[in-house]
Amino acid sequence: MIYVEDKNLVIPGQILADEEYYPGRGTFKEDGKVCSSLIGLVSLRNKKIRVIPLKSKYVPKKGDVVIGKINDVRFSMWDVNINSPYSGILPAFEVFGRDKKELSKVYDVGDVLFLRVIDVDEVKKAKLGLKGRGLGKFKGGIIVDISPTKVPRLIGKKGSMINMIKNKTNCKIVVGQNGLVWVKGDEDMEQLTREIIHTIEAEAHTSGLTNKIKNKLCLAIDGELPVEETEEEFVLEKPKLQNFKEELEQEEREKAEAEAQDEEEVEAEVEEETEAEAEVQEEAGEDGEAEEAEAEEKEDAEDKPNFYDVIKELKKKSQSKKDKNISYSDNSNNNSFILNNR
Amino acid sequence: MSEMIREDGRKFNELRPIKIEAGVLERADGSAYLEVGGNKILVAVYGPRESYIRRLLEPNTGVIRCRYNMAPFSVDDRKRPGPDRRSSEISKITADALRPALMLENYPRSMVDVYIEVIEAEGGTRCAGITAASVALVDAGVPMKDIVVGCAAGKVNDEVVLDLSEVEDKEGQADVPIAIMPRTGEITLLQSDGDLTEEEFQKAIDLAMEGCMQVSELQKEALMKKYSTE
Repeated sequence: MIYVEDKNLVIPGQILADEEYYPGRGTFKEDGKVCSSLIGLVSLRNKKIRVIPLKSKYVPKKGDVVIGKINDVRFSMWDVNINSPYSGILPAFEVFGRDKKELSKVYDVGDVLFLRVIDVDEVKKAKLGLKGRGLGKFKGGIIVDISPTKVPRLIGKKGSMINMIKNKTNCKIVVGQNGLVWVKGDEDMEQLTREIIHTIEAEAHTSGLTNKIKNKLCLAIDGELPVEETEEEFVLEKPKLQNFKEELEQEEREKAEAEAQDEEEVEAEVEEETEAEAEVQEEAGEDGEAEEAEAEEKEDAEDKPNFYDVIKELKKKSQSKKDKNISYSDNSNNNSFILNNR
Repeated sequence: MSEMIREDGRKFNELRPIKIEAGVLERADGSAYLEVGGNKILVAVYGPRESYIRRLLEPNTGVIRCRYNMAPFSVDDRKRPGPDRRSSEISKITADALRPALMLENYPRSMVDVYIEVIEAEGGTRCAGITAASVALVDAGVPMKDIVVGCAAGKVNDEVVLDLSEVEDKEGQADVPIAIMPRTGEITLLQSDGDLTEEEFQKAIDLAMEGCMQVSELQKEALMKKYSTE
């Protein structure tokens, strides 16, 4: 016997079904009855009942990509606030490898990073890493805070929602699974995007939301409604890593394209760095490897350890004794210095 | 005898008018506002969050902390601000009353903070505080077995009555505040102040339970109203 329907709103302690049903996430079984433990929406699959929470805190999970803020710099690691009851740690080893450097020169308190959860131990402390595409430090932009349960809704089916917002507002958007969203673009557009994201969060459980948001966006940007399309419905889904990968890949592609188009117009600091790296790579050019390296660098725009290695190689080659204090936090000056020396 | 009308015109088993609203504070993880008769109570819930008090944290589960505070202007004579004997007691019993309903096993080493602020007091604030706190906890998305609800019964003019007002509490002979988990009927708080015979005590508990059930419906209504789409 079941007492609720799919997508019904339920509250803690509400009896959902009798014993022939299985308790899933957000439910528990007591006295042969399946009860909800959260305020949320019912999700029925076969004989399994789940409750998808309306609000929740992020609990770190291995493999997630998250946005974190440096809280503290310690002897051999950074303390990272990942918008969760559990703080994350970023070991220096994950950034430098075996090298010893001063940590605060690389990432200081207040820096916002895009990270991957490498491991979660038994007391739920999250070990973070920076190895992977697109991971690294954010420069500029704003952070929007939403409930982690609304993340899949913000992305939409196969990124439909997020891509629409990106296209309309021309903003770069990165969504962390811990409910933090990084937005960078035009100042007005950043504010609009923040508003839109909050609207999505507030109305996540309503149907036909993608269209509603589309109308709102068009009205705000073009001043008119878009051409009518058939309405599509989306269901709240579990966060899928796939979405982020696709998103990141696309973003990298866009970035590469943008760079190819206007090499002279260097706006963002990130891109500036990328180009500088590319230049260094070309200079270093060993037996046609430069091109490959350049391509790689463009994709891994923020993969700093690589860059550091490159500089180190260069340093060895140039055998210049003057630039002993090289460190990549002030790399732009040092780059030109090395190049000139050669 | 049962038809006797009380000082404020209520029947022996009648509650004061209640208003509950969930999610009233922007910055808190969960919040609730509650009015019972002349009581006005605001509750804010933060968490589960990282426990900043080392000695409190439990390695296998989360902990709940409550702070009950009465505003200096909440009573007729100005109350000296700050914690006192009474509010420390109520803070403790509130935490104990809510604890059995919480399922914090998935949040080890974390802490949930509940702040109960009494803006206006008119008798029965501890029960009202518990009632509002559990609504705020649900609003915060804390996993719970049930929504705890509190209600008091007492003895006034040799008559067992429900939901004492301030006057009845002061002039009455006894006060029995209880808190229950309405689905199972488990009692999570039971206090008794004053003289009651065994019979009267039993009657008071039954009456308070009945009152709890009524308040529970209002709690659920408030939560549904806040989050259901029209």
